[in-house]
Amino acid sequence: MNYQWNWAVFLQPSATGDGSYLDWMLSGFKMTISLSLTAWIIALLLGALVGVLRTVPNRLLSGLATAYVEMFRNVPLLVQLFIWYFVLPELLPVSIGDAYKQANPVVQQFLASVVCLGLFTSARVAEQVRAGINSLPRGQKNAGLALGFTLPQTYRYVMLPMAFRLVVPPLTSEFLNVFKNSAVCSTIGLLELAAQGRQLVDYTAQPFESFIAVTVSYIIINVTVMTLMHKFEKRIAVPGYIGGK
Amino acid sequence: MKRFALITTLAAVLSTTVALPAHADESPTLKKIKEGGSITLGHRESSIPFSYYDDKQQVIGYSHEMMLKAVDAIKAELKLAKLDTKLMPVTSANRITLIQNGTVDIECGSTTNNLERQKQVGFSSTIFVIGTRLMTKKTSGINDFADLAGKNVVTTAGTTSERLIRRMNEDKKMGMNVISAKDHGEAFLTLETGRAVAFMMDDALLYGEMAKARKPADWTVVGTAQSKEAYGCMLRKDDPGFKKVVDAALNKAMTSGDAEKIYAKWFMNPIPPKGLNLNMPLSDDMKALYKAPNDKAYE
Repeated sequence: MNYQWNWAVFLQPSATGDGSYLDWMLSGFKMTISLSLTAWIIALLLGALVGVLRTVPNRLLSGLATAYVEMFRNVPLLVQLFIWYFVLPELLPVSIGDAYKQANPVVQQFLASVVCLGLFTSARVAEQVRAGINSLPRGQKNAGLALGFTLPQTYRYVMLPMAFRLVVPPLTSEFLNVFKNSAVCSTIGLLELAAQGRQLVDYTAQPFESFIAVTVSYIIINVTVMTLMHKFEKRIAVPGYIGGK
Repeated sequence: MKRFALITTLAAVLSTTVALPAHADESPTLKKIKEGGSITLGHRESSIPFSYYDDKQQVIGYSHEMMLKAVDAIKAELKLAKLDTKLMPVTSANRITLIQNGTVDIECGSTTNNLERQKQVGFSSTIFVIGTRLMTKKTSGINDFADLAGKNVVTTAGTTSERLIRRMNEDKKMGMNVISAKDHGEAFLTLETGRAVAFMMDDALLYGEMAKARKPADWTVVGTAQSKEAYGCMLRKDDPGFKKVVDAALNKAMTSGDAEKIYAKWFMNPIPPKGLNLNMPLSDDMKALYKAPNDKAYE
């Protein structure tokens, strides 16, 4: 095939008059980072809570937590996103729904994306946290209770400090997944990295340059995350356990 | 006897050389089609009434019928008894790449022939001329582009309309929020659910979306056309042999009146999926095109 390479395309002013095409990529990069980090914070907080609830003896609480995990884990991310973005505003009272839908579309898209990605990932984080707690020897919990701790105290002072440190390596891959999954949000029109890349193709007809730039950007993000998480893993590793010295 | 055999062989060789058009050997696309015995046609999924699925998931539409005219001509040109046609759905975003990398041999849908795209792909004779306008609710009070200031406007990602409206927004500081939807269906959904007050797109496609609406009578197409665009079939670049065959078939259809019949079928009569009549009379630009087919881009 005869392809005209043109890497200078990124320096050209965009056809819409809002900066260069490189500015488009940078704004997409920033959008991906802010979307993924916000979603990750939601996922960590909710996931830790739900994961703990899945292991408690109270049948009602653990049942609710299980239902939560199964719901968010078993529905495709794309379907969830469409529900948050397209369906939910229609379920609101008409006046509120209409006011919301007339708001700045970027805000609407960002909200739907953050909530969707955050909750979807939280279900996966919850599973990791639960696995971490269950991997502890039963004796630890019993010892805590035998010493006179209440159940919440046992969780707080004995089990969770161990469990959270054990699950850091598997959480790293969930952290990476958040960034990769955020590309799904381009389907509702959010201009994150993948969407800007696609848009660049539409405007410049230079698909290889733009997809290579997008690929490299994702690699940069994920290598950075991996390096940081690796350092973090080393610092908090429990001696004598997997990953510890 | 020997001499006779020689003469017949010579005659046979000569006749095949004459019968085989010279450009069949030069054109990589024709060569590929001949060798594989099949051609891959790119089509759209929701570009009503140009190229879309009916309720039985069959590809139909104005552009699709024009493409089939070209396919018949290719089959005749290559003297193939049987030519398999493979259908491949394409989107605004991937159609250029799929033509370039050889996945799709020809795409007739609603693709604008412009100079920028000509750097990457080739275009056949123009098969349709459209103007970019606005669809809005009859009660919205929007009559032209100036009424859109400060409002949410939707368009389809990767289209000329997207480029024009974003440019207009920057140049005139209109403060519009431009939403770029994935395809025309999703763009109309955005309009129908009230996320945007207007949908900017090629007028023919807007009439097409109207045909799909829950209440077609609620909608109207307004505004002065911001640009004219020439739709063509996309081909691989630098393959004049293939383009010649396709152009000849399309030009013949247009000058002979066949194209006008196809036009009437899709724009002046009830069409699937809802049996709605687009009622879009033949424009002066279209009449001029049918009289003198050409492959000129407007921009």
